[in-house]
Amino acid sequence: MATEKYNLKQEIETVREDCLRPTQKWGRSTQTWIGCLLIVMGWGLYCYIHQLRDGLGVTAMRDYVSWGLYISTFIFFIGISHSGTLVSAILRITKQEWRRPITRSAELLTFVSLLFGGIIPIIDLGRPDRLPNLVLFGRIQSPLMWDIIAICTYLVGSTLFLFLPMIPDMALCRDRLTVCDSPFKKFKKWLYTKMAIGWKGTKSQWHRLELTMTIMTIVIIPVAVSVHTVVSYIFAMTLRPGWNSTVFGPYFVAGALYSGSAGVVLGMAAFRKLYHLEKYITPRHFDLMGRIVLALTLIYAYLNLNEYWIPAYNMVTAEGHLLSDLFYGSYSKAFWTCQFGTVLLPIIIMSIPKGRTVTILTITCIIIVAGAWVKRYLIVVPTLLHPFMPIQEVPGTWSSYFPNYVEFSVTAACLAGIFLVITLFSKLFPMMAVWEVEKGILIEHDKQAAIELRTKREAEEAKIMGKRLKTGFEPLK
Amino acid sequence: MQEDNKQNNKTDRRNFLRKSLITGSILTAGAIGLEKVFPGEKDSGEKVKVLTPDGKVYVASSEHLKEYRPPPVTNAEARKGIANKKFVMVIDLAKCDGCKTCTVACQAMHFTESDREWIKVFKMQDADATAPYFFPKPCFHCDNPPCTKVCPVNATFKRQDGIVLIDNERCIGCRMCMAACPYSTRFFNWSHPDPKQTAAVGNTPYSPEQSVPRRMGTVEKCDFCPDMIRQGKMPACVSGCPMDAIYFGDQNEDAVTNASGVTVKLSQLLEDNAGYRHLEELGTKPRVYYLPPKNRKYPIPDMKSVGNEKKEKKHIEMDMGIMQM
Repeated sequence: MATEKYNLKQEIETVREDCLRPTQKWGRSTQTWIGCLLIVMGWGLYCYIHQLRDGLGVTAMRDYVSWGLYISTFIFFIGISHSGTLVSAILRITKQEWRRPITRSAELLTFVSLLFGGIIPIIDLGRPDRLPNLVLFGRIQSPLMWDIIAICTYLVGSTLFLFLPMIPDMALCRDRLTVCDSPFKKFKKWLYTKMAIGWKGTKSQWHRLELTMTIMTIVIIPVAVSVHTVVSYIFAMTLRPGWNSTVFGPYFVAGALYSGSAGVVLGMAAFRKLYHLEKYITPRHFDLMGRIVLALTLIYAYLNLNEYWIPAYNMVTAEGHLLSDLFYGSYSKAFWTCQFGTVLLPIIIMSIPKGRTVTILTITCIIIVAGAWVKRYLIVVPTLLHPFMPIQEVPGTWSSYFPNYVEFSVTAACLAGIFLVITLFSKLFPMMAVWEVEKGILIEHDKQAAIELRTKREAEEAKIMGKRLKTGFEPLK
Repeated sequence: MQEDNKQNNKTDRRNFLRKSLITGSILTAGAIGLEKVFPGEKDSGEKVKVLTPDGKVYVASSEHLKEYRPPPVTNAEARKGIANKKFVMVIDLAKCDGCKTCTVACQAMHFTESDREWIKVFKMQDADATAPYFFPKPCFHCDNPPCTKVCPVNATFKRQDGIVLIDNERCIGCRMCMAACPYSTRFFNWSHPDPKQTAAVGNTPYSPEQSVPRRMGTVEKCDFCPDMIRQGKMPACVSGCPMDAIYFGDQNEDAVTNASGVTVKLSQLLEDNAGYRHLEELGTKPRVYYLPPKNRKYPIPDMKSVGNEKKEKKHIEMDMGIMQM
């Protein structure tokens, strides 16, 4: 029994070591990676300043396609931000034990993609200097205002959702960082101390943490659903063909969950490989996540059917023009690639057990995430190119759209920003919730002990029964 | 931000100067008198004494005293609109020969570049077998406007006289209204306004009723020329139409007038000619009515010359080609 306890302690120690190791040194590759990201962001910033000075005219957007890559990316990022809520909150609420090693990265992905998703509409504004007008003259009747409120609420909520389970880990980091021989380490110590907000691990503290986490878990789910519903309302509340659709709310939520859960798998795969967490994030996790992504892709496919098949059956004038452009017009290649390549194909792959192995699932999820991005573009742009009034006698650049270098650069900078924040975060804080994994091990251990106890007792009982049977009756066959 | 501050400073100075000019002109004689009283100030020949409404005398450099064109109304009044009026436009498609003079007149009135058409003449054909016709389309100033509904800052608004305007000093440039408008009526100032046009606008102070000077990063559109209406004149496109195809008037008076000054009863005109509104099924309740193109006196538009659809498709295909690579 004593050795067993020792083993348990050892195991927990290994967990702590494994989780905190990436935060202890910044390798050459990390520095190069951060450098590359900073270059991309710097170039994006330069392009944005160019855009600020000379107006949005430096992009490819014109009066017909007045929203382009920026707004598509905005929907995509907000969609990815559904990952954390889904994996973390829903798995928490359903008490799925296997969630423990992946919650932190999922919550982080939510927070970061939401942060940059929220910045993009500001980049897309013609007059970002007039942002205060939203407070001074704000109209609650505008879907844009609903968006701002929902996204801000979700950002606060997901920040809390990320931060709360970090508190015990921060205390652990604080207590472990004893040697502060450099200013950076001193800074880290200060940061951990501040973020641990006086965590001592007392019973009442644990109780309070668990209570707040339970409340947050319940609260964050409707908030997350509301966010993407309201994002869809920006489009659905207009009269435009292809946007004016009653299914848009659930369609966007389903699309968000579909891309967000695939994003979580990518995060799992990346951290598993880079930080050598193979022991914790196992093929079983990929198999289970694969099942979740499969279920969500099926829902998304079902909503796609509703979104396109119903109007396609009727082919009402304006919508008919749009749909024929999507089905067999200039956007047909991209449209069908999205439908078959990034929805149906992943469904087939993930339905087979072999399709949910680490490598294949990761590749499938890359396809899904890329497909979701292109699909966002296909929701925004073709509709704008098919207004009710015909597009006549305008320069070719007005009647067509493809994002130019400014839009690509600024969008790439936002993506780089997401990677940068994730990298910095993972180099400062443990990417697995240490205490949660520990708790999982303890629960597992208790379970094992209970099973052992039961088998022992059962064996003893069998022995007694056997003796009785031997002495009294004939043994049963 | 800086630009705005500058603008505010300018406006302050203008306000000051306007007050000065109004009262100052009365006291010009007085100022000369003052100079006589204080001959010591004669050296500063470029300085002019002006009197403010509250009776204070200021000395200002004469070069600052430029001709000041005050906005027709204050911003608050421009938001309210003209009381007891309901402006309405009727476009007789039977008379329109697609000459686009209305567009040109509008562009001259609003210092607009040639490729921006607040009133645009479309060549329409509803079905393969039906006759094509010209279709001038201004802003419809809808009674159930999809654009003002979605504005997050109330920069575009519906007035009591039915006109929908934009305040480009408040617009944040989110372009939600452009997405919401089903008639592609709104335009965005993607870049700095054309310097030639800016020079032509001069130092006219901004008013939502004039829509100029335009500002980068804001939305603009047909405004029904409320500044002209206040002067008792017709909007530029109406008075500019050589075919007398556009009527404008007040629905409350039930009267509309065209460029030749012919005033007709609105209800009678719509009744006799089976007037209709474009895309009625959208429920936006436009304030612009159309009379069907019946018994036309001009040749029908050549739809082959439109051809824009094909051209545009080609562009898209090219772009998509890049994307798939």
